[in-house]
Amino acid sequence: MEILMLLIPLTLAMGCVGLLTFFWTVRSGQYDDPEGDARRILQADDRPLDHRQSERRGERTT
Amino acid sequence: MMQRLTGAERQLALIISVLTLLGGLAMAAAGRADPLGIHGWIVVLFAGAVFLITLGSIYDPEPREDRAVSYYDDPTKVGLILALGWAVVGMGMGVWVAAQLAWPDLRFDAAWSSFGRIRPVHTSGVIFGFGGNALIATSFHVMQRTSRARLAGHVSPWFVLLGFNLFCIIAASGYLMGVTQSKEYAEPEWYADIWLVIVWVVYFVLYIRTLARRNEPHIYVANWYYLAFILVVAVLHIVNNLAVPASLTGAKSYSAFSGVQDAMTQWWYGHNAVAFFLTAGFLGMLYYFLPKRAERPIYSYRLSILSFWGITFFYIWAGSHHLHYTALPQWVQTLGMTFSVMLLVPSWASAGNALMTLNGAWHKVRDDATLRFMMVAAVFYGLSTFEGSFMAVRAVNSLSHYTDWTVGHVHAGAMGWVALISFGSIYAVVPLLWQRETMYSWKLVEWHFWLALSGTVIYVFAMWNSGITQGLMWRTYTESGTLAYSFTDTLVAMHPYYVARAVGGALFLTGAVLALFNVVMTIRHAPEKRPERDYPTSSEATEPAVPAAE
Repeated sequence: MEILMLLIPLTLAMGCVGLLTFFWTVRSGQYDDPEGDARRILQADDRPLDHRQSERRGERTT
Repeated sequence: MMQRLTGAERQLALIISVLTLLGGLAMAAAGRADPLGIHGWIVVLFAGAVFLITLGSIYDPEPREDRAVSYYDDPTKVGLILALGWAVVGMGMGVWVAAQLAWPDLRFDAAWSSFGRIRPVHTSGVIFGFGGNALIATSFHVMQRTSRARLAGHVSPWFVLLGFNLFCIIAASGYLMGVTQSKEYAEPEWYADIWLVIVWVVYFVLYIRTLARRNEPHIYVANWYYLAFILVVAVLHIVNNLAVPASLTGAKSYSAFSGVQDAMTQWWYGHNAVAFFLTAGFLGMLYYFLPKRAERPIYSYRLSILSFWGITFFYIWAGSHHLHYTALPQWVQTLGMTFSVMLLVPSWASAGNALMTLNGAWHKVRDDATLRFMMVAAVFYGLSTFEGSFMAVRAVNSLSHYTDWTVGHVHAGAMGWVALISFGSIYAVVPLLWQRETMYSWKLVEWHFWLALSGTVIYVFAMWNSGITQGLMWRTYTESGTLAYSFTDTLVAMHPYYVARAVGGALFLTGAVLALFNVVMTIRHAPEKRPERDYPTSSEATEPAVPAAE
């Protein structure tokens, strides 16, 4: 069953890619606001502006 | 359609179509009378048509719209229509194949119409043609909406969509000529496989680049399912299709693996094609379109993320349950069986999450057939994942394997889950994309729903009965220890169920034809509506396309 020498390491490697991605999602704050994340797709008008736009908006108000 | 492309983009499209056309000519020259040569001419025709369409508008004026303030939906629109077109072709072939099993004379004595050739046209037609186009089209839609950003490119989405359809055409036409590498769901030969790798890499890069320019810090869970679908299918496809062409001037190739090694590779691929093509991708659809249509957030967002990671880490180990009681080592079979049973947890988490989202909005499910499509899809997802875990248990498998029960199980998933969630999503998204008030006819959607549901139920019940009858007859011994029934006895016993299956399939096909008609009539005749809130925020533009006054 030498094929398992290919398939098992390959599958473990894919799992590791998944694990690293998972760590990245934790560290980049993907899970900080699950309630808001679930609701935001429903309200296209209630959109958070990206930081450059909020900065510009900030300049305008101050 | 071309007017949204800049001059440079049109030139790029022209260059790509010329390169593809030259590739087709090379295939035709090398292959001559071999099916490879005929496929070369098909590529030439396809690329030539794209070339002429592009050339016809090469001197059109530059687009005047500010492209940063709207979504790019043209590829999505074409993809949805292609998906429905393939649905009619693939399901039509399915009904024919089913009818051949009940009435073998329906082959009409031609070589191309034999069961072994048109069955893969049915499976590839519905899985890749219908399912694949629906996935690509809805992923373009969902990635833009959840990222609040326009697609990262205007030529690459067309390359992905048209390139994928070229692959489907090569696959289907090849089967009719007898071209196959005899691997379930991976029948196309080496040149089609190489082409699909190129298309798939472009798809992955396009998705990542669109996510990279998102204006929303969070990556919505649907995107994770779509991404897992794209990434894992790429790896599976490459490994399972490792083969040595018998010659560069012919279609025939030989697998890099042999015997049980090849079988293990095939089912490592085959089961994960079910997992990541037919499950993960369509869960992405479910997690976006079901909350959208119900106008309620998903019941538990945490659970949706947990089931995503559960599916990602568990599913990939389950393939060996297809090889119980074979030359495969016992521990590998047990490994596959164990992971298959564990999979019930993330699978039911998703199904339950979808149904709990609707809890409290059952009046919407009652009134809205589109939402009902999605609800029944979630129910069938729960049913068929339970059945799958059950059938993967070695003792159950000894009865179910090689019988029609497996066929029934696959169709509970493919018709009840994959097709119903796709139809629901298509009905939800078509009025939005073409800016219509509603679908052309809600009555036809209602008709489609009941045709699809009754077709699925008839089909699945017929195959459950047939499969269990067949399995029990095969293992019945006489007192003297010989088999009680001959193979022909089992065929006679299955005949009524085969007729019922053809009827169920025909009902399902009728529904798909109604869907195609309804969508075309919606595009042509339904009253128009300007959406009030359907635009991306943009990093460049200071103002949104439509003022946010409300």
